[in-house]
Amino acid sequence: MALLEIRNLSVEFATHSGKFRAVDGVDVTVDEGELLAIVGESGSGKSVSMLALMGLLPWTATVTADKLEFDGHDLRKISARARRRIIGKDISMIFQEPISSLNPAFTIGWQIKESLRKHTNMSRSQRQDRAVELMRQVGIPAPEKRLQAYPHQLSGGMSQRAMIAMALANKPKLLIADEPTTALDVTIQAQILELLTDLQKNSGMALVLITHDMGVVAETVQRVQVQYAGQRVELQEVDGLFENPHHPYTAALLAALPERATEKRLPTIPGVVPGQFDRPQGCLFSPRCSFADARCIAERPTPAGHDLGYALCHYPLIDGQPTGKENAA
Amino acid sequence: MLSFLARRLLTFVPTFVGVTLIAFAFIRLLPGDPILLMAGERGVSAERYEQLRQQFGFDQPIWQQYLDYVAGIFQGDLGTSFVTKRPVLDEFMALFPATVELGLCAIILATLIGIPAGVIAAVNRGKFFDQALMSTALVGYSMPIFWWALLLIIVFSGWLGWTPVSGRMGLVYFINGPTGFMLIDSLLSGQSGAFRSAVAHLILPTVALATIPLAVIARQTRSAMLEVLGEDYVRTARAKGMSPVRVNGVHALRNALIPVVTVIGLSVGTLLAGAILTETIFSWPGIGKWMVDSIFRRDYQVVQGGLLLIALVVMIVNLLVDVLYGFINPKIRKG
Amino acid sequence: MTDAASQPARPAVPPSRLKEFWSSFRENRGAVIGLFVFLAFLVVAAFAPILAPYSPTEQYRDALLVPPFWQDGGSTRFLLGTDAVGRDLLSRLIYGARFSFFIGVIVVTLATTLGVLLGVIAGFAPTWLDTLIMRLMDIVLSFPSLLLALVMVAILGPSLLNAMIAISIVLQPHFVRLTRAAVLAERSKDYVTAARVAGGRPLRIMFRTVLPNCLAPIIVQAALSFSTAVLDTAALGFLGMGAQPPTPEWGTMLAESREFILSAWWVVTFPGLCILVTVLAINLMGDGLRDALDPKLKRS
Repeated sequence: MALLEIRNLSVEFATHSGKFRAVDGVDVTVDEGELLAIVGESGSGKSVSMLALMGLLPWTATVTADKLEFDGHDLRKISARARRRIIGKDISMIFQEPISSLNPAFTIGWQIKESLRKHTNMSRSQRQDRAVELMRQVGIPAPEKRLQAYPHQLSGGMSQRAMIAMALANKPKLLIADEPTTALDVTIQAQILELLTDLQKNSGMALVLITHDMGVVAETVQRVQVQYAGQRVELQEVDGLFENPHHPYTAALLAALPERATEKRLPTIPGVVPGQFDRPQGCLFSPRCSFADARCIAERPTPAGHDLGYALCHYPLIDGQPTGKENAA
Repeated sequence: MLSFLARRLLTFVPTFVGVTLIAFAFIRLLPGDPILLMAGERGVSAERYEQLRQQFGFDQPIWQQYLDYVAGIFQGDLGTSFVTKRPVLDEFMALFPATVELGLCAIILATLIGIPAGVIAAVNRGKFFDQALMSTALVGYSMPIFWWALLLIIVFSGWLGWTPVSGRMGLVYFINGPTGFMLIDSLLSGQSGAFRSAVAHLILPTVALATIPLAVIARQTRSAMLEVLGEDYVRTARAKGMSPVRVNGVHALRNALIPVVTVIGLSVGTLLAGAILTETIFSWPGIGKWMVDSIFRRDYQVVQGGLLLIALVVMIVNLLVDVLYGFINPKIRKG
Repeated sequence: MTDAASQPARPAVPPSRLKEFWSSFRENRGAVIGLFVFLAFLVVAAFAPILAPYSPTEQYRDALLVPPFWQDGGSTRFLLGTDAVGRDLLSRLIYGARFSFFIGVIVVTLATTLGVLLGVIAGFAPTWLDTLIMRLMDIVLSFPSLLLALVMVAILGPSLLNAMIAISIVLQPHFVRLTRAAVLAERSKDYVTAARVAGGRPLRIMFRTVLPNCLAPIIVQAALSFSTAVLDTAALGFLGMGAQPPTPEWGTMLAESREFILSAWWVVTFPGLCILVTVLAINLMGDGLRDALDPKLKRS
């Protein structure tokens, strides 16, 4: 049974100049103990869909979904109070900016123990022991001392470890890591990723890794969901995805990886993700797609089947070649 | 923290020198002969004039005069009132508690109402409560308090007859207590009704004086909260499943308080400026009224001394606020 | 109708900066109300001689302390009643608007010019000059503003002009601090470095490259200072240290009528109400300006 199941999730933001649809009919399924990556450029609605799940979006956001279920709870109908019993306990989340994600006015220990006090009935000394244990688990040296430190006294990598410790405090069933390494030094990035995947393997929790880095994906995850402009464009096992991407966007992302470059010049994807004012009528990727034709510009595609990676494309790629063009023409 | 304090104290010195320079220059900048000015309208004889000239050192070179003046300050000599013939410092010390009592009551009232109001408004941003509260705060902030005080008198003293119009204490009581704070002294005196009288006299001036700081604190708390509510760590607190009360009242407010404390500290200056008007209107025997009266009586030694002492009070309060700021902002405390 | 139908539902281009500013300013209902009240007062001030039924200084000895027309004893001859020497209150209030705007404009211009100039210099100057300027400002700020203004007026002699000068001096440190902080924040940004590398002259970089990017907070401060100027000048007038009688300045009018607070409420109420409404309108506008100019507080 799926631990998390999201069907047709949409998020709209009210802005000065009208509504902006940040997430557009996305499906996400995560099984227990699984490691899923959500990949896409900035602005592809990766974080927003997860924040919607957590109930952390600002009041300007409107969330709609056909299904939004976690561990048997329907999160669409759940009361705010009941949601808060799940959030921070069974689902926890870590964020892109570890330094600003920790409250500068309180010590690390205070912030970890606060989570324990909320969701467990441990005594004061038990909470202290658990906090030390957590700090050790995430590889922070001299944990007793670090618990008394303020966030500004910690480096970025240390802060992210502290954030992970805090997220793990109540042994969650699902950890959502929102670009956990983007703001860190390259050398630290690998360490944090390794820490996260080790924790996932050893504790049996599910991990959703949100990233824009295909390199990260290749090394760590099992299944990959590719998002573009608020839509899911492809979902595949990681091996299949790298071998045979079915959506032109995935293919372009992979081609842009230095390791896979075949020519002297690294290929890029021309243009940017459409924003509020330049959303195409048809396929959202059509302005940047090298295979796009008149149909792509005019018509919205529907997802293909399982063996084509649910590719959201009129002409899903097989071995790098678009299919189905002949029928359409 | 210590080095922070030391650095802060260092900036105190030049400011103090500047303030003494301004107070020193004040009498010399007045149009006309300072001695004739100080003597007032009655004028002085030629011998007396020469005697005063020497007494005040106006025959000395200007830098010598300044050094003498500063030396005098350190010995507590701020000159003598020409009207009452009492030392300026003594007069100040006698009147200061009245102003402190009024100012403290006003700032406590403003803080106790202003901070919760600002937090609630920020959390309910854009809703009716926020709009109503912030409209009221803006009216308070725009209030000419000399007029507001008069309105309060018209309504509560004139029409309703609830409160006395002026002074600190009913005439039937004689309080000359140890602290100078009427609220405390009247309790200590044991005279029945004295405390009630003290409170009744205090209410209108406190409300008048608290109005602007209250509005400023509410507005500042709201905007600091709004800024903080968008921070990542507030999202983290919510992601931990914390209740809105805890997220807003602990995680956000603790950080929002940092600028708010500064504003409360800065409002001490506003408060003293407001005290000038409030005390004048309510005949409150504090230093604000004392200064205005002295300006009108052309009692310039008092104005000079009062100017210096009031600036000193503001500077010391600002210093205390900075220290307090260090205590609530861990980045400074440990940095 | 057909025009509207042919328009796409979604705007095709992002709105221009000015348009966006206006649309977010307009969204703030209070700010728009403030703007209209302000404009109304501006009209009243400009056309005072036409609008006022009487001269502001003419005394009708047969009509002392006549109440407003809706009260017993009042008549439509003097709509808002008369003061203790029989002057028409409405006419005095209308002329009073002139003084308030005059005061606001002069004080804000003086304080802004001086403050911004010093602030930009402090932001770019070597440490010693920066420190000197900022210490000077600290000294001015060590005195409660109204007290310093009072003392300055005591030196210069009580008059409206001197009150305005005193208040400008008291207000300008806020501009210095604000401008300096904004300049320091901008100065380290890449575009300034680029301008410097490109060989821009220092003065040009100071006033043409950097200053325009610091304007938003300065404009807001200027708007809010306008209200402080009106308020403080009125306070000085109230204390007898601003405009002198029989000038129909609102604060001075209040001071003249203080003794009648319990007998003739209208002579006290109306001038203060005018000050409150004017100041409130300006502050509403200032808040709207700040919300529209400060992207940090904008809705996401």
